[in-house]
Amino acid sequence: MAEYQSHEHDVLVIGAGGAGLRAAIEASAAGVSVGLVCKSLLGKAHTVMAEGGVAAALANVDDRDGWSVHFADTMRGGQYLSNWRMAELHAREAPDRVRELEAWGALFDRTTDGRILQRNFGGHKYPRLAHVGDRTGLEMIRTLQDYGIHQGMEVYMEHAIVALLKDGDRVVGAFGYDRERGRFRVFRAKAVILATGGIGRAFKITSNSWEYTGDGHGLAYDAGAALLDMEFVQFHPTGMVWPPSVRGILVTEGVRGEGGILTNSEGNRFMFDDIPDLYKNSTADSPEEGWIYTQGDKEARRPPELLTRDHVARCIVREIREGRGSPHNGVYLDISWIREKLSNAEEHIKRKLPSMYHQFKQLADIDITKEAMEVGPTTHYVMGGVLVDADTQMSTVPGLFAAGECAAGLHGANRLGGNSLSDLLVFGQRAGKYAAEYARENGDGAIDDGQVEAAVGETLAPFDREQSGENPFEIQYELQERMQELVGIVRNEGDMQRALEVIDDLRQRAGKVSVVGNREYNPGWHTALDLKFLLIVSEAVARAALERKESRGAHFREDYEEKDEAFGSLNITQHKGSDGEMVINRVPVTPLREDLAAIIEENK
Amino acid sequence: MATANFRIWRGDSESGGFEDYSTEIDEGMVVLDAVHQIQAESAPDLAVRWNCKAGKCGSCSAEVNGHPKLMCMTRMSDLPEDETITIEPMKAFPTIRDLVTDVSWNFEAKMKIKPFKPRKPDDEDGTWRMDQDDIERVQEFRKCIECFLCQDVCHVLREHDLHEEFIGPRLMVHNAALEMHPLDTEDRLGDLKEDQGIGYCNITKCCTHVCPEEITITDNAIIPLKERVVGEFYDPLNRLLRIFKSKDSDEPA
Repeated sequence: MAEYQSHEHDVLVIGAGGAGLRAAIEASAAGVSVGLVCKSLLGKAHTVMAEGGVAAALANVDDRDGWSVHFADTMRGGQYLSNWRMAELHAREAPDRVRELEAWGALFDRTTDGRILQRNFGGHKYPRLAHVGDRTGLEMIRTLQDYGIHQGMEVYMEHAIVALLKDGDRVVGAFGYDRERGRFRVFRAKAVILATGGIGRAFKITSNSWEYTGDGHGLAYDAGAALLDMEFVQFHPTGMVWPPSVRGILVTEGVRGEGGILTNSEGNRFMFDDIPDLYKNSTADSPEEGWIYTQGDKEARRPPELLTRDHVARCIVREIREGRGSPHNGVYLDISWIREKLSNAEEHIKRKLPSMYHQFKQLADIDITKEAMEVGPTTHYVMGGVLVDADTQMSTVPGLFAAGECAAGLHGANRLGGNSLSDLLVFGQRAGKYAAEYARENGDGAIDDGQVEAAVGETLAPFDREQSGENPFEIQYELQERMQELVGIVRNEGDMQRALEVIDDLRQRAGKVSVVGNREYNPGWHTALDLKFLLIVSEAVARAALERKESRGAHFREDYEEKDEAFGSLNITQHKGSDGEMVINRVPVTPLREDLAAIIEENK
Repeated sequence: MATANFRIWRGDSESGGFEDYSTEIDEGMVVLDAVHQIQAESAPDLAVRWNCKAGKCGSCSAEVNGHPKLMCMTRMSDLPEDETITIEPMKAFPTIRDLVTDVSWNFEAKMKIKPFKPRKPDDEDGTWRMDQDDIERVQEFRKCIECFLCQDVCHVLREHDLHEEFIGPRLMVHNAALEMHPLDTEDRLGDLKEDQGIGYCNITKCCTHVCPEEITITDNAIIPLKERVVGEFYDPLNRLLRIFKSKDSDEPA
């Protein structure tokens, strides 16, 4: 029998970014015992990197805004594949969730009359993003952290979960190890919430940190839960492209929200060249109109740089492919041009975009107040994830909940900027509430030793193999390289079939990975263990993308360039079949509730 | 491309020493890239803590050529060429393995600071009004990414090991963010004076110099807190008032 330490909680939350923390706070408030597992130190999760803001129809800057407009914007942005009930709950509840942060100590930037300031962002009709300069994520995670630690939850820092434990159909715990010492842990829980974030590390060029290895997606899939919308991976249009070591690091959409423009090597503002029909009525037809929009003119329409991320990313790829890119295979993003418009431009840029100023100055020797940045698309976010009930966030497996990026439904085919931070809050809160309720209504489960033994065996296998085995880093690099190339921003049947072969081959090789050293903070071992989930999510993305034979939102196929109406009313789900293969289903979108359909019509 | 040589500290809480490595350096690389490359090429079990690689999470703190730095924001081109680069873990905290230290003390010490306690909302809808001018001071403190480099360089912690008596610059900044928050009504001055040892800071400003977020820790956070503590506990008028106050509270309600 392997040695392990046991911990018992009513609710176990896996992941301590915005969604996990918010869930843990809510469950604690409901009076149940809560364990919070973080893969890194508390407060370091990926939420910390969110920049632009949190979307909520507070209507502080433009009183025409309201939840119904936010709802309509989200549905349009998601190309009507979003779960409309989630989009409704999200739009209705986001304002309260943001105001609550203020009651917990967050300090958002202010309007002149002292309320929370809101900024423009792509796809949002009115200025809607509550923000703190360009470090909104840090403000959010720190607020949740500093409030959360006083609510009685137990925090397990630097612990990774490798398997969920079940009693029959129900999830009743998790098995993992602490990264510092490599000791095994069994967490027994009446309900488990996954809040593990995304899958960006399956790709080479990404804005995501090392933690984003699809753990929640993989854990849920292995436990029998269904995944939804996995073909939709958001490539953020603006990541850094130079120097090579910083390639992929995010450049906030806030730059464009503050008036930044995209140009190609010919100096042409190419975003004016291609404006999708859905957005023709709401897009500026001259640079001047775009500029005054960013400065708060309520009559003006937004500049084309603030179209949805999927579209902007594709336009950038087009410019580069057709030879009008910048020297390092990007395009130019220029905020320094506002010197023509504002006398205090330099100071203004530094105040509105301090992290961006700092990031470019320090990592690329570029002063963004004086010159243009070079940017290109970077893997940023996965719209797909664990299929959950809209109200309770419970997955298709009893006792297993999911919230935040690792859950799916809100964003459909494309997420609007700012809707992720609000997603974390709204559905983190709901997951916490309903998981606590579930824990109260259900007794302890039983965990048989066989499951734990199997997980231990799998976890130790890389040490047991001959030392001449495969190098885990090499397998990870190869997967990232091939996913980028074959299942990236522009896709086709042949490439993705090849990707499936590559994934299969890499899975064989991953079974032969060996590691050196011992179990104390051993990155080789940790990387070896991350491979399993990375391979699951890579396969899920490739298979779902093969299945969707059309182009929609973030999913673009050069062999099916147009939208196909039939696919416009169905989602793709995936689950693990009885003999271990990935089963794909096409699920019709539930027809909109009448009142919501009317809202969408009004906002067209 | 050029080859760079490194001396990296390897070991655990019991023992350890420097080991030599070399790797090829590309344009724009930061120290963390080099460490990762070494990890992938020749030392897969080389322990390093990191997350965002963009200077936003504060995980990859270490001492590079003797200076406390975020490895992800330290460019190779800013270090002297042709010289071996030394990387070692932060010294103010116990080592776990290689470049990873046990920083859990910071989290435990933070728990002891009284949390935010807002005044009643200004509006009936439960919200408050605050001027941008009034929050900018606190927003500076809230830029902190908890990299703990200021704790690492603080001689009270680093040389004198007074972790039990002094909470260090990071947590002084945390206190300042709470105390100067326009909505906060809590009183932390007694704790700062007694349990948190604000008197130990003798304003050498080492913390300010290493802060990657350029927070003016000493001038804007610690000195004003010291002044408040002095005002509260050493100002003759306040002392008198406190005596009256404590008498009042002795009276039965």
